[in-house]
Amino acid sequence: MSIQGRRGIRVALPYLLPSLLGALLFAILPIIISLLLSVTNWSGMSRVRLTDGFLKFVAENFVGLENTKAILGDGEFWRALSHNLYFIVLYLPLMLALSMTAALIINAPNRGANLYRVVYYLPVLTSWVAGSLIWKWLLSPVYGPINNALAIIGIEGPLWLQSEVWAMPSIVLASIWKDMGFYAMILLGGLKSINVEYYEAARIDGASKAQVFARITLPLLSSVLFYVSMLSMINAFQLFPQVMVMTKEGNAGPNGATMVMVERIYKYAFRYGKMGYAAAYSWILFVIIMAFTYIQKRGERRWVNYDV
Amino acid sequence: MKTTRNVLSLALVLVLVLLPAFSAGTKEAAQGTVTLKLEQFSGSEATLSGEALKGMIAEFEKQNPTIKVELQTIGYDDYFTQLQSKVVGGNAADVFELNYENFVAYASEGTLADVTKLLGDTSGFNKTALDAFNYQGVQYGVPNSFSNVVLFYNKALFDRANLAYPSSDWTWKDVEVASKKIMALDKNIWGFYRPLSFHEFYKGAAQNGGSLMNAERTAFTVNLPQNVEAAKLMAGWQTDSKIMPTDADMAGMGDWDLFKSGRLGMLVTGIWAFGDFTANCPFDWDIAIEPGNVQKATHFFSNSYVVSETSKYPSEAAKLAVFLAGSKEATKLRVEASWELPPVTYPEIIDSYLSITPPENREAVFASLDYLVTPPVSIQQAEMQAIIQSYLGQIVSGKQSAKAALDACQKELEAKTSL
Repeated sequence: MSIQGRRGIRVALPYLLPSLLGALLFAILPIIISLLLSVTNWSGMSRVRLTDGFLKFVAENFVGLENTKAILGDGEFWRALSHNLYFIVLYLPLMLALSMTAALIINAPNRGANLYRVVYYLPVLTSWVAGSLIWKWLLSPVYGPINNALAIIGIEGPLWLQSEVWAMPSIVLASIWKDMGFYAMILLGGLKSINVEYYEAARIDGASKAQVFARITLPLLSSVLFYVSMLSMINAFQLFPQVMVMTKEGNAGPNGATMVMVERIYKYAFRYGKMGYAAAYSWILFVIIMAFTYIQKRGERRWVNYDV
Repeated sequence: MKTTRNVLSLALVLVLVLLPAFSAGTKEAAQGTVTLKLEQFSGSEATLSGEALKGMIAEFEKQNPTIKVELQTIGYDDYFTQLQSKVVGGNAADVFELNYENFVAYASEGTLADVTKLLGDTSGFNKTALDAFNYQGVQYGVPNSFSNVVLFYNKALFDRANLAYPSSDWTWKDVEVASKKIMALDKNIWGFYRPLSFHEFYKGAAQNGGSLMNAERTAFTVNLPQNVEAAKLMAGWQTDSKIMPTDADMAGMGDWDLFKSGRLGMLVTGIWAFGDFTANCPFDWDIAIEPGNVQKATHFFSNSYVVSETSKYPSEAAKLAVFLAGSKEATKLRVEASWELPPVTYPEIIDSYLSITPPENREAVFASLDYLVTPPVSIQQAEMQAIIQSYLGQIVSGKQSAKAALDACQKELEAKTSL
């Protein structure tokens, strides 16, 4: 390291200290603790002190990889994982398509652009609990406006959140409503950064709107699209509050239809008295997200274009 | 360099100043008064029970001028999550409330104080209820209330259908026959409501001569033939005889609301509905001991006050617990607020409870106590209930036969939960 670099760190450190301390205390330390807990059978109900014999406690309650083995050997884990994947399969393409559309609408030089921006972004600022309650009402089978609207055109609406088949799609619907604005804003940033000369050149060459979109916008937006799909997938694996508020909490939805991984982690940690098991569960989730991100990253070079 | 040192020492000072703010402090007033924290899920504010609870605390503080009580009520849904983090963090309230189902988990973790010697005279307590909070020979708490479940019925609908009111010798068969006659009155009227939930099922199994655990509570017996038959019959109320509305029929309406709307003949629910039904039923209703199938069996629900093992004032805390749970003053307030059953045997308290109407047949509440069955209890209570509940859901939705589902349930319980 050059002298300049070392001096640089010395000068920077005091300024970094407050946030560094925060990160150490509230992120890195808990991560290390959860790793240690994941090899214990701690219930999460007895008193354990970090400053007083924590490592001894870990050693005394050490169970090795028992938790991980038990989780992977339990059909329930695979069910929860499959529900997460089902959510992603429904959510990701729809979310990308809709937030792309929203971004294009906002980007077009029309009058209400700022109003649209606000409208699309409002759900992002709403808390999930409030949002979920609104959706619970919207989707209420008898009193909800959605089924009432469907009834007007002669369709008998499903039971939505109370139906095993429709519970997850309902969650997807609400999630898209909530997240669309956020991703649309990122995509909008990408759209704005595309050099207008490309569009002018294409117009002079007589390209149609569809051609411009497919040949210029999409390829030049691919890096942003990649970022958005990666981010939204990571978030989708961590699906939690909407499930907890919208579907019957005790049973993880009708007949367990919305049982998902983070919901399981929460239940094991705070309801079932199996904190060690829950810690191991969260590390498995971490590995899964890591693997999926790696796969996406591998696919990146095939379709992502960084020459804006 | 000097700047670095300055900033570093400033940061250190900040940390030192802030740290004490994070550590929990118990308020200690100067003149030797003790402040006790009390946390509970029952008796929430803005209800009759909340008023009663405040009255009880005021009375206690009057009798014990050196003790102040700081009350916090937390909704049942969030209570246990909060409690867990407080217990683990060493910040549990001095006295807190536990229901019978969660009591064993906390007692077995060593988070509760042994109050055997601190309770004083406990002869006024109902013995069944008091013993429920004795874990392995140690008294860890006192019951503050208990309650059970009875058969509520809409007298007006019975009159319209020219039916005799339910009596204490009714069985499931009688319920079915009466339900069908009541349903014949109108297509929007239902006969009976009693869902195949964990709590209804353990009791239903007992009513059919079965049980979810062996008598010593050392093994699960979920797939006994009597239990399978009970599950089949109970699910049949929705799928076979159709005397009970399904979730789709209810479309989001609660069972209490259905009863209050006058469209339900009979409802099996807790006596804590008395207050609501008295205020909101525009028709006459009454209660009876819950019908069984081959024998009678009724619920036992009980909440208790326990003392935290970390409390600095265990004897004061125990004093508060005993007062709120079992003193004549407190139980009188409890009865006046129709707040479940006081867990005591004082005749004057019991008489004043019985004199309140409706229901006319309030004796059924006490008569039901003769058939109490306690729920299966495990250290992993919540998980056990969730597992059983999930298989009951399979039966109701017709995905699995009662036999297949309960066999699988037995296997999963054996693999996942320890007794």
